[in-house]
Formats: sequence, structure tokens, C-alpha cells
Amino acid sequence: MNRRTFVIRTVAAAGALGIGWSLLPPRGRLGDRDTLPAKPGEAALNGWVRIGTDNHVTVIMSKSEMGQGIHTTLAMLLADELDADWSQVRTEMSPQRAIYNNIATVVDGLPFHPDDDGLIRRTAEWMTAKVIRDSGLMLTGGSSSTKDLWLPMRQAGASARAMLVRAAADAWQVPAADITVAKGVVQHASGRRATFGELIAAAALLPVPGDAPLKTAAQFQLIGTPMRRIENATKLAGTATFGIDVALPGMRYASVVMCPTLGGTVQSFDAGAATAMPGVLHVVQVDGYHGGTAGVAVVADTPWHAMMAVNAVKVTWNHGAMADLSSAQEIDRLAKVLDTADGHAYYSHGDVDMALQSAATRIEAEYRAPYLAHAAMEPINCTVQFANGRATVWASTQVPGLARRAAARALGISDGDVDVQVQFLGGGFGRRLVVDFVGQAAAIAKVANGAPVQVIWSREQDLRHDFYRPACVARFTAGIDDAGRLLAWRNTSAGQALLPPILRRLFDLPGIPLDKTTSEGAFDQAYEYPAARIAHETVPLPVPVGFWRAVGHSHQAFFTESFIDEVAHMARQDPVAFRLALLTKHPRHARVLQRVAALSGWGTPMEPLSDGSRTGRGVALHSSFGSVVAQVAEVRVDAAHVLHVTRVVCVIDCGFPVNPNMIRQQVEGGIVFGLSAALHGEITIEKGQVQQGNFNDYQAVRMAGTPVIEVEIIPSTEHPEGVGEPPLPPIAPAVANAIFAATNQRLRPLPLRLARIESTA
Amino acid sequence: MIAITLNGATVSINAAPDTPLLWVLRGELHLHGTKFGCGIGSCGACTVHLDGVPVRACVTPLSAVGARVVTTIEGLHGPEADRLVAAWTHVDVVQCGYCQPGQLMSACALLRATPQPNDAEIDRAMSGNLCRCGAYSRIRAAIHRAAVPAPSAD
Ligand code: FES
Ligand code: FES
Repeated sequence: MNRRTFVIRTVAAAGALGIGWSLLPPRGRLGDRDTLPAKPGEAALNGWVRIGTDNHVTVIMSKSEMGQGIHTTLAMLLADELDADWSQVRTEMSPQRAIYNNIATVVDGLPFHPDDDGLIRRTAEWMTAKVIRDSGLMLTGGSSSTKDLWLPMRQAGASARAMLVRAAADAWQVPAADITVAKGVVQHASGRRATFGELIAAAALLPVPGDAPLKTAAQFQLIGTPMRRIENATKLAGTATFGIDVALPGMRYASVVMCPTLGGTVQSFDAGAATAMPGVLHVVQVDGYHGGTAGVAVVADTPWHAMMAVNAVKVTWNHGAMADLSSAQEIDRLAKVLDTADGHAYYSHGDVDMALQSAATRIEAEYRAPYLAHAAMEPINCTVQFANGRATVWASTQVPGLARRAAARALGISDGDVDVQVQFLGGGFGRRLVVDFVGQAAAIAKVANGAPVQVIWSREQDLRHDFYRPACVARFTAGIDDAGRLLAWRNTSAGQALLPPILRRLFDLPGIPLDKTTSEGAFDQAYEYPAARIAHETVPLPVPVGFWRAVGHSHQAFFTESFIDEVAHMARQDPVAFRLALLTKHPRHARVLQRVAALSGWGTPMEPLSDGSRTGRGVALHSSFGSVVAQVAEVRVDAAHVLHVTRVVCVIDCGFPVNPNMIRQQVEGGIVFGLSAALHGEITIEKGQVQQGNFNDYQAVRMAGTPVIEVEIIPSTEHPEGVGEPPLPPIAPAVANAIFAATNQRLRPLPLRLARIESTA
Repeated sequence: MIAITLNGATVSINAAPDTPLLWVLRGELHLHGTKFGCGIGSCGACTVHLDGVPVRACVTPLSAVGARVVTTIEGLHGPEADRLVAAWTHVDVVQCGYCQPGQLMSACALLRATPQPNDAEIDRAMSGNLCRCGAYSRIRAAIHRAAVPAPSAD
């Protein structure tokens, strides 16, 4: 299938997602005062803001807050255009309406190279945006939130401001042009003034302007400044409500045990002992939902009673199709596939075979990445009440629309009979894009006679029934000439695709032929290869896989940025200079790389250590989700062969930096999250069963292992781009390249484990 | 019925003596500031104080509390706690926030025992508290800031 056919099918598929969603005529995303439910003492001016007679400005959040600081950023966008005072502003989760659907992430998912600016790409993006606006999903992911709402939130603020000004102009009988607004006060040159609260009743009766002028960058008061997180106080007091903190009158608690073998089912179970235990109310078998695994749940009066009793249920499992699956064998199989498979070329340029033949030196390497779990701090949980044919779901989810559908299907009711209340997420990282646990919780709540039930997974269930970052194997061949110039680049990777099973589960869509997530991070980078072929071979495997922070970029960046480092060393060139020579038409990338080199002291010797430690610096450059990030990592390998990552310098160009403080937080956090994966992250499967169960055997970086992190944000006036994921991909290759610089060991499988006995080469 | 002293009050609890303190707090008393993260003492999300000493509530049976005073995030007060919350806010430590009550409990116990901790002391005291969002460098900066009795005005 060629790209054009694929694009058209994608758009048709996007249209098919619309089933069950109200189709609005294509128009702006402003909404009107009826978009939001009424609240006493407050009035809505559009779908994004309510103002109270007490002067509170409530900004409506259509994105889930999972640590990325999006509530702060979105509130800034609207409050700035509204000219509200920051102390007036508070946030509230939105209901589910078409205006809140995420357009940016779906458009970003189209498989185009970033340099492709052709008509097909522009048409496909426009059509997709149009379809998704009306038929898509509320979704927080793909580092898309700021990008998605940069204009809609500002337009909503500007429109609301215009209504307040109009109301004041009418009341004072003066021209609107003579009225100013600052810090929540509307004022006329004559000295007359009114607060938002005094004007809201009249303003709310006016027509909603769709074309209120937006501020120029020079007029921003909040946007572009380092604002602190808006929900700090409740999170520090322990009063912020995460999904697991939802408390309802008469609530029951459920604990589940799923088949230890992925995809297994329940043959039979003996609930006798469990039923006799204190507080136990129901013992119920549950199916696997949305790719999850079946199991047995115990509903009890307290969480501890449920947890104790679930251990007492004697289950006989059908271990199913994955009973013999071993991840080590599967990864070997991926490598074997690459002996013969050519893959689908996501990027192809020039005659690679000829260029490789003419090369003075050819370099080959194979890289591997394991399965990974998300392991967010808040274990998977979900609360559902099902009474009188209607359900309410309280969940930490990135996809309230899909959660609604999952609950509706599990309960046999229509989507419209389910209300989803999104809570704070104790981390998402992509795990909460899957709604297996929502379907499961709904099915459990069905037996509770109308009582709300909170299902809490143990950490072991959370780690053993995740939707894992797919394992992947990549092979490279590069050719260089006598002068050490790159002539050709060939890269084929093999692994599971993410999208086909998800689309099938959710929308009954047949498999789509291409999945950009498999090759992103490999095919879409800026390097100007004289000749290149970058391909991915999709290998269907039964392991449940999902979106893991930075998705394909998370491992493809490791492969590509490690291998380019190998080629640079083989070409006897400086790794920074070698990359820069391939970026002559990409000044944005070149600048980020040059800045990180300058800030890190690249090229200057590292301080010698007297204790026998060896030190080294490594660099990596990667673009994802619209942003460009470069990192230099410094490592020390001590005399006992223990690796320490001591310092990471990071430069990011993410377009206009809307909230530099949250950007820095995400850079720091993305580096630590990526470092955990690079140094420790590995999920292994034996006999279909995930071997790791808790933080003692699925390790993560802790305080002592955290490097000094220095961050620079490139000033920019371009459209804001993604931030939550882009800082992650470069850290693994930067560290691997630093290890090579320190030890001459080229580590090609993740996680990075130093060999005990080293060659002295 | 087992009576414990919790956040300055005596509370009678109707739970089996082997119930972990975490689930007594969350399940019986509906004090949700103390978080569940792992259940095996490996993440620190459930950190509370027993007579001022940080312990993991998920592996502390109710029967082991005895006469010791239990303090949770809801009852964490005093000059060190105030300085820590101010520093956490100033440095803007929090991301998802789920680990943060536990981090504050550990940090507060550290500052009470070691008013001016160095980096190695911070590493040691905070090693049991996982943060999957990776807020560690800000946690470290905030502890240093809170350790100064009179924070500078910036
Ligand atoms: S929940 Fe107690 S240490 Fe993790
Ligand atoms: S702030 Fe999210 S786990 Fe620490």
C-alpha cells in the first residue's frame, strides 16, 4: 500500500471513530455557555471558563494532570488573554464534549517525515484535523496538550475578556475601545472600574465572539514566564484526590488476582475459604478487558479485607496461548526475522545498496531493547458505581472517552449512560491510555447491588498486567568513504506494532497496514544521509503492548544515536562534528547540538580522578513530538566497575516556551525516567509470566543515582511543541556513548550493563 | 478495638491487629494523604512517623504501633514541616505528587535529626522514597533550602 492510500484509509478510520459521538458541524472549539453544567453563583462565558460573582475564574481542564503540569499551563493561556489575576484562577475537569477532543496527537500520528511539506501531507493533516475535531477523543498523551490547546485556550480567554468589556461598555455607556483590563479589574479612562464578578451576570447574556483579537507575545503577562504548579498546595497537604483517594458513601473495595500467565483465563475457582474471611461480600470471576487478562475479584468492606481474601481464592487457571512464551526467545526471534525481512521503508532516499558497495568501510551493528513496564507510583485502580442502568466512573485515566466506552461495554449500557470523573493521576506515562482496568472495575461493580466499588491492584498485579513497551531489535549498516564521510545508512528494526490491536479492540477496525510508532525515532530524524533506507518489520506477538513515554522514540533513539556514535568513532571524527556535518540544512537541530556542546564543555578534558575511576562524556540528539533535544551525559566507572551517571546537560528547543518552569520539570523528570529504563528497566517473561513483581526487582533510579541536571531552553517564537516525552529519548544513548568514551565498551542491548571483564582495546 | 495516638488524638480502631497501619489509615480512618505504592516497604509512599521516626506504614502492623505516637502528613506540623512545605513550593518540587507526602515525611524526620544535612545524608535519608516522576534534584534543593533556618527572600 502506498502512502497516499494509507493516508486516505487513516482518515476514513478516523471517521469511523465517530460512531457513538455526536457529530458537530466543523467550527471552532470555543463552545458556548451551555457547554458547561451550570453552577450557582457562577456563569460560563464559553466552554472553557466560568466566572463567579465572588471573582473566582474557573478554567476548564480537558487534559488529565499526571505530573506534567498541564493544568498550570492551560490556566495560564486562558488567564493571560482574559487578563485575570493569577490568584483568582482555579481549575476544574471538563465534562466530555467534542470541543475538548484532542486534535494534535492524531495529526502528529500520520507517518510523514518532518521535512515533507508536500500537498499530500498538508491535505492529510487538514482532513484529519477536521474529522478528529468532531469525532475524536478526549486524550492526554503524545506530548500534545499545549500544542493542541495553545490557540483554543487563548481564544476562549480573549473571547471572555471581550464579553466582560462589552458588558462594562454597555453599563457605563462608553466605547469598548476605551476600556482596559488588568489583573481581574475592568477599567475605563474615566476611572470607573468593576471586577469580573460584578460584570459576569451581564456578560453571560451577550453573544460569544469567535474572533476576539489575541495578544502579541510582547503583551503576555503570564505566558512565557516560569509559573509554579497551580495545584501545589493540595498535593503537599496530602488532600489532592488521586483516583485511589476517591471516597464515596457506602463504598466497597475490590482486590483482583489475574492469571499469572498473560492472556490466561479462569478454569474454575474455589471461593470457600475467601468467602469465610472477614468483610468479604462477593467473589466474582472477571474477563480480560481490552487486551487484559482474566481473573477473580473479591469485593469486601475494606481494602485490606479484599486484599487478604483474594489471596485465599483457589484458582485453577487456563494458561492459554502464551503458556510457553519466553521474552528472551521472542527477542531472538525478532533478530532472526531481520535475517530475511526487509521491512516497510518509512524513509527511503538515494541508492543505498550502491552507496554501500562503493564505501571504503562498512560498519554493522545490532541493537536490542527489552519490554518495559510503566510502574507509575499510583497503582492501577478504578472506582465504579452502577445503579439504575447508569454508571459513574472515577478514574485516573488519560482517556475519559475510552473509559466511558469501556465501562459501557462491560455493563451492556450505552456510552451516554456513563459519566467519567477524571481524578489526578499519580503518574501516567502511557499506561493510563489503556482502559482494561475500567472495563474490569465496571464488571466488578455490576455485582455490588448499586454500591460504588473501588478496585485497587497490588503493585504485583500492576507490573505483571501492564501493556509493555514493546521489545525491539534493530540492525544497521553504514558506509563511510576514505575521508570518513557518511555515504549510506541502512536500518531495519523488528518488533510488535501498537496501533492495530488497540484500534481493533476499541473500534473493531481491521488492522491498519502501517504504524508510525514502530519506526518513529528512526525514520523521522533530521540527518541528511546521502542515501538511506529506514524500515520496520512488524512482527505480530501476543504480548500486550502499549504506549510507554516517548513510545517508539524511547528505543529507536537509543539505537540510532548509539550507532551514529559508532560510525563517528569509526570515521575518526568527533561525534558532535560528525552529526553537525549531517545537519547543514537543519539549523534548528544544529543549534541545539552546538549549545549542548558549549554548555557541557564538550571537547575539554574531564577532571582526572585519582581513585582509578574512568570518566567519559557522551552526546545524543533527538527530535520527537515537534521538539529537538540534545544531551551530554558524563559518567564515571569506578574501580569496582560500578557505573555512575554524574551530570547531564540538556538543551531543548520546544518552540515558544509557554511555562519554562514546567518545561524544566519535564526535562528533569524525563531524564530520570529514561535513566531508570536505561540502567535498570527490563521486563522478562518466562512461560508467559512476567518475572518482575515490585520495586525490589523492577528497579528505578533513586535520589543517590540522580545526576546533576542542567537545562537550557532555546528562546523561540515558533508554535509550542511537545515537552512531556522529548527529553527522554536522548538519555540512554548519551549515557551509552559516555560509557564507550570511558571504557571502550559499546553496549548495544538495553538495559546498559557493564561487562565485568573488559577488553583493554 | 485497638487504641492508638494519631496526629495528637486517641483513636480506637476496629481492625485485626495484623492489619498494616497503611490500610488502617486509608481504609478505616479515610486519611488518604498516606499513599499506597508497593506494599512491601520498597517505595516510601506510605511513610509516616512513629514517635518522629519515619517508618513504612505498609509493613507496620497495627499491633506494632503500641504506645508510639503516629503522625501522618495530615498531622505534620512544626517549624521544620513549615519550612519544608515553603521550600517545596518555592522550588516547585511536585510533579504528579503521589510520592510527595512520603517524601515530606522522610525529609521532615531528616531535618529534625540533622538540621543541616549534606548531600550524602540526604541520599541516605531519602533512599527509601521512590519518585517515578523524577523530582529528586528538586527534592534535594528543597531540603537544602529548608535546612537554612532563615530562608533568603528570593
Ligand atoms: S507502600 Fe509502603 S513502602 Fe511502598
Ligand atoms: S511526583 Fe510523581 S512520583 Fe514523585
